[in-house]
Amino acid sequence: MRYKDYYQVMGVPRTASQDDIKRAYRKLARKYHPDVSKEKDAEERFKELQEAHEVLKDPEKRAAYDQLGANWQQGQDFRPPPDWGKGFEFSRGAGGGGRGEFSDFFSELFGEHSPFGGMRGSGRSSRGYAAAGQDHVARVEIDLEDAFRGAARTIELRTPELTGDGHVTMRPRTLRVSVPAGVTAGQQIRLAGQGSPGIGGGPPGDLFLEVSIRPHPLFEVDGRDITLTLPVAPWEAALGESVSVPTLGGSVDMKLPTGARAGQKLRLRGRGLPGNPPGDQYVLLKIVLPPDSPKSRQLFEQMKREVPFDPRAGLGI
Amino acid sequence: MSTLDRIFEGQMLDETTWLGVGDLCTYLSVERSWIVELVDAGVLEPRGALPEAWSFPAIALVRARATLRLVEDLGVNLAGAAVILDLIDERRRLERRVEELERLLDR
Repeated sequence: MRYKDYYQVMGVPRTASQDDIKRAYRKLARKYHPDVSKEKDAEERFKELQEAHEVLKDPEKRAAYDQLGANWQQGQDFRPPPDWGKGFEFSRGAGGGGRGEFSDFFSELFGEHSPFGGMRGSGRSSRGYAAAGQDHVARVEIDLEDAFRGAARTIELRTPELTGDGHVTMRPRTLRVSVPAGVTAGQQIRLAGQGSPGIGGGPPGDLFLEVSIRPHPLFEVDGRDITLTLPVAPWEAALGESVSVPTLGGSVDMKLPTGARAGQKLRLRGRGLPGNPPGDQYVLLKIVLPPDSPKSRQLFEQMKREVPFDPRAGLGI
Repeated sequence: MSTLDRIFEGQMLDETTWLGVGDLCTYLSVERSWIVELVDAGVLEPRGALPEAWSFPAIALVRARATLRLVEDLGVNLAGAAVILDLIDERRRLERRVEELERLLDR
C-alpha cells in the first residue's frame, strides 16, 4: 500500500495545533466539497481531505500516526509495523468512520478491523444507525443519447473487504447497470442490496446511483426538456421557411413563423427526453449572415436602398 | 455468473415515485425525527399534513442526501444547508442561462 501524508493533504505542518487542523479542514472542505465545489477533482480531493481529517482530528489516532515517523513520503510503498497500535488506549468509537471509501492505508491502520476499530465513528451513527450495511452513493455520468434511448453502463466501485489474515483491502467491484430511457440529471437509481455487507447479520446496504448527463455539443438539457440553438439565414426567418432541425430521435422539418426573430424560442412538443409526459425540445433561433461575397453584398445594398428600416428607431437618437 | 454478465435493473427514483417517511429513513439511514427537522427547515416539502401521511417525490432523496453531507462535512446547521442548496440551484439555473446566451453569441 502507499503511505499517505495527511499533513500534506491538509496543508499544515506536523506541529499544527488541533485548532489549526480544524481551521484547515473547514477551509479546504468548503473549497472541495463535491456538492459545492466547481473544482474538477473535487470528489477525490475531498475524500482525501476527509480521510486526513479523520486521523488528525483525533488525538489518539494522530499520535499513533505521528509514531510512524516524519520521514515517509506521500505515495511511498508502506507496510504497517508489526506492533502497530500497541501502547495506545483506544476510547470506544475511535475507529471506523467515513463513507467506507477511504484508502487501503487508512483501512489498514485505522479502519474497522484495525486496533482503532470497533464502533462506527463519524456521522450517522448519532442519528440512529441500524445494523444494516452502509448504503453507497455512486455518480454515473451518461451521454444524452443514452438518457434518450436507455443503455447498460458499467460502474466501478471500491468496497472494503476483510482478508483471510484479518487485514482490510479495498476490493474493486464492477457492476453492469441498466439505465432506463428517460432518466434525467439528478435522478437516482436504487440497487437494493448492492451496498456494504451488513454487520452482525444485518441486511446489506443499498447502492444509489446518482445520474448526471455529460454536456452535449448540440443540446442543453433541463430536466426532460432540451434546447437547441438553431442557426437560420435572415431570409429563412423573414419568409418563415421550413428548416431541418436535429432532434434526439432524428431530424424533423419545422416551419418557422414569418418574421421570426433572433432569440425566439420555438417548441417541438414531446421531442425531449421520454417520460410521462415526455419533455419538449426548444429551438432557439439565431440569425446568421451569409459569408461576405459580391452577390450578397449587392443584395444587401439593394435592401438598404429599397427597404425603409431603422433598427435603432426606439433608442431616441 | 459474474456481475458483468448480469445487468442490474434498479428502481428508478424519479418524480413519479413517492416515498413515505419510513422509506426516507431507510434510504438515508436516519431517524424519523431527522426527516421532521428537514421538513421544518424547508429542505423537504412533503405532500400531506401529518408526518404519518407525508409523502415525498423520490427526487427529494438527492436533496436530503446533499443536506446530510453538508451538515456532516462542513458543520453547517440545517438552515445553513438549506440556503447553500438554494444558492446552488440558483447558480445552476444561471449557468444554464449563461451557456444558452453564449451559444447564441458564438454560433
